[in-house]
Amino acid sequence: MTAQTPITAGIETGGGTWRFPATQPLRLDSGAKLAPLEIGYKTYGRLNAAKSNAVLVCHALTGDQHLASTHPVTGKPGWWDRFVGPGLLLDPERYFIICTNVVGGCMGSTGPASMDPATNAPYGLKFPVITIGDMVRAQAMLIEAMGIDTLFAAVGGSMGGMQVLQWAADYPDKLFSAVCIAAAARHSAQNIAFHEVGRQAIMADPNWHQGAYLAAGVRPEKGLAVARMAAHITYLSEQALQRKFGRELQRDGLSWGFDADFQVESYLRHQGTSFVDRFDANSYLYITRALDYFDLGAQYGGVLAEAFVKARAVKFCVLSFSSDWLYPTPESRDIVRALNGAGCRASFAEIQTDKGHDAFFLDEPLLDQTLRGFLAAQAQARGLA
Amino acid sequence: MSAIRPPSIREDFAEILKLVRPNARVLDVGCGEGELLELLTREKAVDGQGLEISPQGVAACLARGLAVVQGDGDRDLDHFPTRAFDYAILSKTLQQMREPRHVLSELLRIAEQAVVSVPNFGHWKVRWALMSRGRMPETGALPEPWYSTPNIHLCTLRDFTALCDALDLRIDACASLAEGKPARPIDPRQPIENWRAETALFLLSRRSEPAVANATAPQNLFGDVELPKAEAPVKKARSRKA
Repeated sequence: MTAQTPITAGIETGGGTWRFPATQPLRLDSGAKLAPLEIGYKTYGRLNAAKSNAVLVCHALTGDQHLASTHPVTGKPGWWDRFVGPGLLLDPERYFIICTNVVGGCMGSTGPASMDPATNAPYGLKFPVITIGDMVRAQAMLIEAMGIDTLFAAVGGSMGGMQVLQWAADYPDKLFSAVCIAAAARHSAQNIAFHEVGRQAIMADPNWHQGAYLAAGVRPEKGLAVARMAAHITYLSEQALQRKFGRELQRDGLSWGFDADFQVESYLRHQGTSFVDRFDANSYLYITRALDYFDLGAQYGGVLAEAFVKARAVKFCVLSFSSDWLYPTPESRDIVRALNGAGCRASFAEIQTDKGHDAFFLDEPLLDQTLRGFLAAQAQARGLA
Repeated sequence: MSAIRPPSIREDFAEILKLVRPNARVLDVGCGEGELLELLTREKAVDGQGLEISPQGVAACLARGLAVVQGDGDRDLDHFPTRAFDYAILSKTLQQMREPRHVLSELLRIAEQAVVSVPNFGHWKVRWALMSRGRMPETGALPEPWYSTPNIHLCTLRDFTALCDALDLRIDACASLAEGKPARPIDPRQPIENWRAETALFLLSRRSEPAVANATAPQNLFGDVELPKAEAPVKKARSRKA
C-alpha cells in the first residue's frame, strides 16, 4: 500500500470493509432496515491512548474513502491529499483520520450494487432510499465499533458538510468540533432541479434497465456521463470556466457539426466518461436523492436553530466560497444564524475566490489559513497540540 | 489584573477589562484581529464571540482560537438572538455605521449591557480647528482628512447622551479616554466634559424593555429558542475537554 501512496509513506494507514452482523442492521429514516451493513473505510495515523484524536472526514457526492491515498480504480491521488498528510492540516502524526464511503455508495459500503440477501442479486431499485441522516448513523456505528466515544472533529465539504451538520444535530455529545465547508442546511429548488436533470439522464439511458443493468451485463454509461457533465458545471464558477476555456477551440476552425469543437465541450465529455469508470449509476440516483431530501431544519419543526440547541459545547467553523453558486454564501450564513440562535459559538468566514464550489479541493491559501487556525486552536483546547 | 497589566494594552481595552464581569458572555462587534477578545478571555474567562468584516481579521481571530463570524455590524446584528450576551462591545466604530441609532438599539437587544466608545466631536481641539481654520478637524482621535475618513456619523458627547435619552438607555458608567493617558471617570452630561473628553467610553443598559421597534421579529428567525440564561449549563457542557 505504502509503495503506491507517497503522500502517506511511512504513515500508518488502515481500512477495508467493516462488516456488521445481520443482527446489527442500519435503521433508516424511511423506517426500513438495512442488513447486513458493510462500510468501506480508510484510516490514516493512529488512535491515541485517550482515543481523543479521531477526525472523521465526510466526503462529497461523488467522493469516497480514498482521502489521501491512491484511488484503487483510477490510480489518481486521494481527493483531499493536499490537506491530509505529514505536516499538512490533518497530520496523521497527530490525528487518527477516518473516512468512510457513505451508505448507498459504490466503493465498499452497502449500496444499490450490493447483493440483496433476499434475492441473491444486486439490490438495484430494491435498495431502500437513504438520507444524510442514514449516512451519519452508519458512520456513528463504525466509530462506536472502533471504540471511539468522541470525535475530535467532523470535517466535510459540500455533502460532507451536510453530514457534519447532521452529526452535530444527532450526536452532539460525540463531537468536539465541527467544520462545515461550502454546504447548506437544506437543498434548494435549484439544487434539486439540477439533480433531477442528472437522474433523468441516467434513467433515459436504455442500458439502465429500470435499475437492473448489472443483471443485464451492461451499464448506463451515457446517461451517467451526462449527469456528471451537468453537475460538473455547477461545481465551477462562470469566471473559472471562462478563464480556463473561454471560446477556445479544440482544433483550427469549426467542424460545422456536433463534434466537441470547443475546449469546454471536450473537457466536460472527459469529465463524464472518466466518471463512469469509477461510479455506479444507481448510487448516483440514491445519493442525489439523499441530498434532495436533506432539510435539517425540517427535522426540527422548521426551526434550524433547534437542530443545534444540544450542540452548544461543540465548536463550529462554517466556511463558504464567494463564487460558489451551488451552495452560495447565504446558505452558510443561514447555518451560522441558526448556530448563533441556538447559543452555539460559531466561526464563519467567506473565502474570496473565483473558483466556485470546487475551491474546496483546490489551492486556496485563505482556506488553508482559516482551517489551520481553527483546528490548531481546537487541538490545543483538546490537549492534542 | 491591572497591577500586572503589560504597558502595551490600549487604554480603552484596559478600561473595558475593568468593566466586564468574569465569565460573562461577550460579543465584540468589529473585533479586528481579536486582541480585545483574547485579552478578555485570558483575564476574565469570558465566553466570547466576535463579528468582523475583514477576512484577514477573521483568519487572525480563528488562529487565536476565538469564535468569530465574518459579517457587518450594520447588517448582521439583526441575526443574533435577543439577550444572547451579557455585554456587546463596539469600540470606536459607532460613528462609522450607516445607522448608529439602529446599531445602538440592536446592541442592547442582543446584550444586557453595551460597551460603546465614540470620539467626541465637541472636544476643544475639534472646535478650535473648525473655528480658527475653517477646515474639517484632523486630531489624534480623528486623524483622517474629510475625504477619506471612515467616520460618517460623528457626534458630540451631548449628541450621544441625547440619543441615549431618546432610546431610553441608562449610562451606567462613562470614562474619558485619551491616547497615552490613564482613563478618567466622567459625568458625560457635565458641559465641561463636552470640551475636555477626546473619546468617551460608555457602559449602557436599557431603562425599560425594548420598544416596539426592536420587537420586529429578528428573534423569530430562530423561533422561540431557549437560550442559556445562567452560566451553569454552558459551563458544564464546556468542561467536556480531553
